Amino acid sequence: MTDKINTMYIALSITKNIHDWLFSVMPEGAASIVEMVLIALVYLAVFAVAGLYLVLLERKVAAWFQLRIGPNRVGFWGLLQTMADALKLVSKELTGTVKADKFLYNLAPYFVIVSSLMALAVFPFTKEFQAFDINIGIFFLIAISSIGVIGILLGGWASNNKFALIGAMRSGVQTISYELSVGLSLLTMILITGSLQLSEIVEVQKSGWLIVQGHIPAIIAFMIYMIAGTAETNRAPFDMVEAESELGAGFHTEYSGMKFAYFFLAEFINMFIIAAIATTIFFGAWLSPFGITESIPWLGVFWFLGKTLVLVFLMMWFRWTFPRLRIDQLLTLEWKYLLPINLINIVIMAIIVWLKLTIQF
Amino acid sequence: METTTVNSNFKSEEYFINMGPQHPATHGVLRLILTIDGEIIKKVDPDLGYIHRSIEKMCERDSYQQIVHLTDRMDYLSSHINNEAVCLTVENALELEVPDRVKVIRTIIGELTRIASHCLWWGVSGMDVGALTTYFYGFRDREMINDIFEETCGARLTMNYNIPGGLMYDIHPNFIKRTKEFVAHFKTKIPEYDRLLTGNVIFQKRMKGVGILTKEDAISFGASGPVGRGSGFSCDVRKHHPYSALDKVTFNEALKTEGDSLARYEVRIQEMWESLSIIEQLIDNIPEGEYKVATKAVIKLPKGEYYQKVEAARGELGVYIISTGTKNPYRLKFRSPGFSNLSLLNHIAVGGKIGDLVATMATLDIVVPDIDR
Repeated sequence: MTDKINTMYIALSITKNIHDWLFSVMPEGAASIVEMVLIALVYLAVFAVAGLYLVLLERKVAAWFQLRIGPNRVGFWGLLQTMADALKLVSKELTGTVKADKFLYNLAPYFVIVSSLMALAVFPFTKEFQAFDINIGIFFLIAISSIGVIGILLGGWASNNKFALIGAMRSGVQTISYELSVGLSLLTMILITGSLQLSEIVEVQKSGWLIVQGHIPAIIAFMIYMIAGTAETNRAPFDMVEAESELGAGFHTEYSGMKFAYFFLAEFINMFIIAAIATTIFFGAWLSPFGITESIPWLGVFWFLGKTLVLVFLMMWFRWTFPRLRIDQLLTLEWKYLLPINLINIVIMAIIVWLKLTIQF
Repeated sequence: METTTVNSNFKSEEYFINMGPQHPATHGVLRLILTIDGEIIKKVDPDLGYIHRSIEKMCERDSYQQIVHLTDRMDYLSSHINNEAVCLTVENALELEVPDRVKVIRTIIGELTRIASHCLWWGVSGMDVGALTTYFYGFRDREMINDIFEETCGARLTMNYNIPGGLMYDIHPNFIKRTKEFVAHFKTKIPEYDRLLTGNVIFQKRMKGVGILTKEDAISFGASGPVGRGSGFSCDVRKHHPYSALDKVTFNEALKTEGDSLARYEVRIQEMWESLSIIEQLIDNIPEGEYKVATKAVIKLPKGEYYQKVEAARGELGVYIISTGTKNPYRLKFRSPGFSNLSLLNHIAVGGKIGDLVATMATLDIVVPDIDR
């Protein structure tokens, strides 16, 4: 075990050396900018690959649910399949419609992918490994995740395709509605932590994960969050936006090649983000259960990713089991059930926090 | 208020959209011209002709043995039953009595075909409402039936097992054993279908009270098969006009009176149970004997008009032959179940959402080559 700790310190010392070297060779302002760019590049590379492997995981999970084997030809156990797919998409011709609004049509995929990559910056993967610890972390996450829908609306509108337009309009309606539930269910938990900063939220959870601290209202909030989060990522049973049996491919009907890949990748990174937020807020982020590995801080990364992947699996499970809701049923669920329950839940949580009825170890 | 549209068929807030000919929900090359107001369907106008092969005209050219093979390409999911319909018409016209063995085998394979067809329908209707997993479960069980067919007659889809006067070959020695295995297997799988899809809250919400067809409308539109029976219209040809060995077995006609999509769904699930029961009653009692009676190489039907109807997987399939005494029919008309079932789509889908249209179409179980012969 000590070897691993040493390697971790070596890794940290490498980053520290780079930091020191940068600040020694150039003025402070320039060095910080170069450092930011480097960090951004590392994030981009890591999460583009992570997104590809989430796609592979989804295909494997789907295959297990559907009595199939799944991709198993490219690389051992199909591990290189999505890499090959990505290469194929890069090399494909970018076709578009003649009557499309070219500027908005080309802009839309970047809105979607950039907003989902930006959200990744604030996650506390472990105590030292957090790129951007701002004091309004949760607010930032909710705000950033709303930008993606602009890309979907633009894409649907600018493609000059009726199927795409219907998909985009559905997306607008759906995201605006379910954002309320995402925000309010997270707000319920903020009542316990008293801070929007993600690192402080994790500190609070050292005396018990928030889902334990907040007990019943926290569990209700978690369930609402998972339902609304699945809707927020436009995945089945809330995939009204794509609804392949109704709209063909929905808002990205007219996209091909890499532009389609951006939409596709963004969906999977968004799924990761929704699961990662749930991990951070409800399940103690990088904290190990009962503090069993507290002495080895770098294991936090594995705890964080492990918890996130369990939740990602849960969302995949939803997708391959449930039929799709109809658009009016989708809105009924949000406005008539989730939202009132959520509002009552916040009041209950406030009372519990006020009366100090939270469970703390 | 002045409208800006030139075409006076549309109000300014309505628009039309082409669903098909290439669309996942139309299960083939069917084009639906939808008039939509936002999400709400105002008019459904099916446009046929994309897969027309003029089968009825080709029948006038062919001998009666050849016509049987063309019927495979109509409703390809119940090809055996289509073959049987033509063979029964020809045999009735010739007043030819086929051996009991042929009748029993035809009925067993017909019911297996029905189950296979309903398996596929169950899979794709789940897929139409967004539950993609059902497709593979349905196909797993259909595959077992296809394997039995393959062993029996060499084909999995376009069977060509019937000929006027009997069957092309005798059954394979494994046939009885494998059919029994399938029946035992499938009895455990229909409850699984129910657990996976039927009982699901979202599925129930999508299906219940959607696409309601009253009994009167069902009769006036000529609905047949599960679509008619879902509306309480007792129209099972097997019950009312038994053919082959169906008069020897007891079974219940699946009937529902609600008339909505869920009723049509449940009728089909019930029909799978009934088909299993028919197979079970017959599989141990296949009489010994010849598998065909000899006919002349060139069959000439006596001058006259002949009609025979059978219950295909989608409803009543009628074969109407006018013969002038030559080796080809003067005119041959198929009364296909899909055509009349599709004709009522506009009636039941108007007022629903796009999602409702897809769910309703799934329960009509449309096979386009059957509509567009």
